[in-house]
Amino acid sequence: MQIDKNQLLRFTTAGSVDDGKSTLIGRLLYDSKSIFEDQIEAVENSSKKKGHDGVDLAMFTDGLKDEREQGITIDVAYRYFTTPKRKFIIADTPGHIQYTRNMVTGASTANAAIILIDARHGVIEQTKRHTFIASLLQIPHIIVCINKMDLVEYSEEIYNDIVSQFEEFSSKLLIQDVRYIPISALLGDNVVNRSNNMKWYQGSPLLHELETVHISSDINKVDARFPVQTVLRPQREGFIDFRGYAGRVASGIFRPKDEVTILPSGFTSAIKAIHTESGELEEAFAPMSVAITLEDDIDISRGDMIVKTNNQPDVKQDVDAMLCWLNTDEAKPRAKYAIVHTSNEQRAMIKEVVYKIDINTYNRNTEDKSLKMNDISRVKLRTTKPLMTDDYRENRNTGSIILIDENTNETVAAGMIL
Amino acid sequence: MGKYYLNYLDELESEAIYILREVYAQFQNPVILFSGGKDSILVTHLAKKAFYPCKIPFALMHVDTGHNFPETIQFRDDLVEKLDARLIVGSVQESINEGRVQEEKGKNATRNALQITTLLDTIEEHKIDCAIGGGRRDEEKARAKERFFSHRDDFGQWDPKNQRPELWNLLNGKHFEGEHFRAFPISNWTEMDVWNYIKRENIQIPSLYLAHEREVVKRSGSWIPNSEFLKLEENEEILTKKIRFRTLGDITITGGIESDADTLEKVALEVSTMRQTERGNRSDDKRSETAMEDRKRDGYF
Repeated sequence: MQIDKNQLLRFTTAGSVDDGKSTLIGRLLYDSKSIFEDQIEAVENSSKKKGHDGVDLAMFTDGLKDEREQGITIDVAYRYFTTPKRKFIIADTPGHIQYTRNMVTGASTANAAIILIDARHGVIEQTKRHTFIASLLQIPHIIVCINKMDLVEYSEEIYNDIVSQFEEFSSKLLIQDVRYIPISALLGDNVVNRSNNMKWYQGSPLLHELETVHISSDINKVDARFPVQTVLRPQREGFIDFRGYAGRVASGIFRPKDEVTILPSGFTSAIKAIHTESGELEEAFAPMSVAITLEDDIDISRGDMIVKTNNQPDVKQDVDAMLCWLNTDEAKPRAKYAIVHTSNEQRAMIKEVVYKIDINTYNRNTEDKSLKMNDISRVKLRTTKPLMTDDYRENRNTGSIILIDENTNETVAAGMIL
Repeated sequence: MGKYYLNYLDELESEAIYILREVYAQFQNPVILFSGGKDSILVTHLAKKAFYPCKIPFALMHVDTGHNFPETIQFRDDLVEKLDARLIVGSVQESINEGRVQEEKGKNATRNALQITTLLDTIEEHKIDCAIGGGRRDEEKARAKERFFSHRDDFGQWDPKNQRPELWNLLNGKHFEGEHFRAFPISNWTEMDVWNYIKRENIQIPSLYLAHEREVVKRSGSWIPNSEFLKLEENEEILTKKIRFRTLGDITITGGIESDADTLEKVALEVSTMRQTERGNRSDDKRSETAMEDRKRDGYF
């Protein structure tokens, strides 16, 4: 394995037990030899207790007590596996409608989404819902797995039919990259190993797609944005005048001597050096964590953003966003919430709900102005101080926000800036 | 022109540094939970990177069961001195003396569960609002559902069904007085990642992780080290074996494995061919299928 080159790919799988989602994850882990003997033993024991023959692959993903008892996933669970080519993080999310919030959570950091379709049923409401969320969260790559091909006699015709159904409804959505794979998670066809039962399929098995899909362009490397997390002032021998701005490059590339502007103040300076504990760098790009020093003494604190002078984000207090409501408490009209955008925290008011989207039909409802758990709505926000934003479509890191209810401190909504 | 993507170890490092800086920015009085194990050593190493050239802005907090490997304590004290850090020790023995907890009885008695009370008492006493831990999601099924910022109520309890959603890199550490958070900067690392990184960065770890000769007793399939706390059962025999430890906890419950891996390179290689999870040698997790979940709900690490 080449550790110095191998990348990290995060993907999400949305679906219910019925689609074979847990079986698929179990199969990926099992066939890529990512499951340890004591885990297999534990699952064998539980499988026996439940009266299953052999190993029930789905049980490798069982988590909490309630989930095992009810055979469902309640919360996002993270799984890990590594192949000689990449490290993978799976955000395993439940597919039921009441768990939209978990799907959104899992999708927010994913490079790829696996959407499972049962070959016997074709595209159903749930497929449309999952695809909508993948598109809303701008997951760069979508892999549609048409599962349970063994139950439809590995029929090419059925596969083609489902592909056209998917093409048809998804043409309404903003999706960058879709690919289709006919699989049987239960029997292992086209998951890790190529299937001998579907010679008509010319593409790669799922794992090969995951190992090779191009992800280094998934992060915006054009618009240089550096949200300041904290200021480093060591005030000790050798570093008396050191004033470093610590943060993680949100997007783009920074180099020493770059002309920069500090927002929201608008002061300009140039980058003096880019520091890490292992030495100074010639350049820093997203998602690197570094500390930046500037040529001039400027008052900069957490929440400010360092950007290249020739390429600046919007600085605005009126923010249009698609908002997903995550909390059981409904939004209160014109109530104020804390809003978090990069390292910048301000207050915001929901001024207007423009429309709510029916995520099964994609229809817009302009009558219903309520924001309830799992609702996805277009809203207008007004913030107390300016945010430095980009469109979410261009930049996930500087285009995303969360709202926090200051009475409960809970995260109540997630938003994508338009 | 160079490449503009990170390899996965660099990405994990960058993510952990980001989280440590968020902890510093969002909390008043955070500490690193330091057990002397490799994961807490890694977190401390990452904290050094996150705040360079400043000192680590967190105290190290050790929950001392009194049943330690002497090597661990020596390692802890050396590291604290080297970093010029503050050390807070919560003592399980004191909790027992004060009657806050009672020692378990029986053959497999350990002080593992007793740590919860000492941990929560120490957090309260020092008004700690965030305890940074080396927990990883790959360790155990209940940990797979942890957040980077994990909320604990004023009883220190974890409610897995009512966690704050974590989207993108936006972390919400807001809390009321008396509540605290646990933060897990290396959530996304696996055991293999930890070893590869320790090897790459040449991080100092206690010699217990490398193969060495030691007196041990075979118990439930693991080699339990001989110590003053070990009560020998009938039919049990003390043997000398070349072993190493995959995890370090209380000396009474941490089992070693037979191994010849006496360098970091050999350990990393051995781990990559392991067919058992690292907690498989921890008798605390073997008690029931939901042993970890139950302890976590109560406020465990």
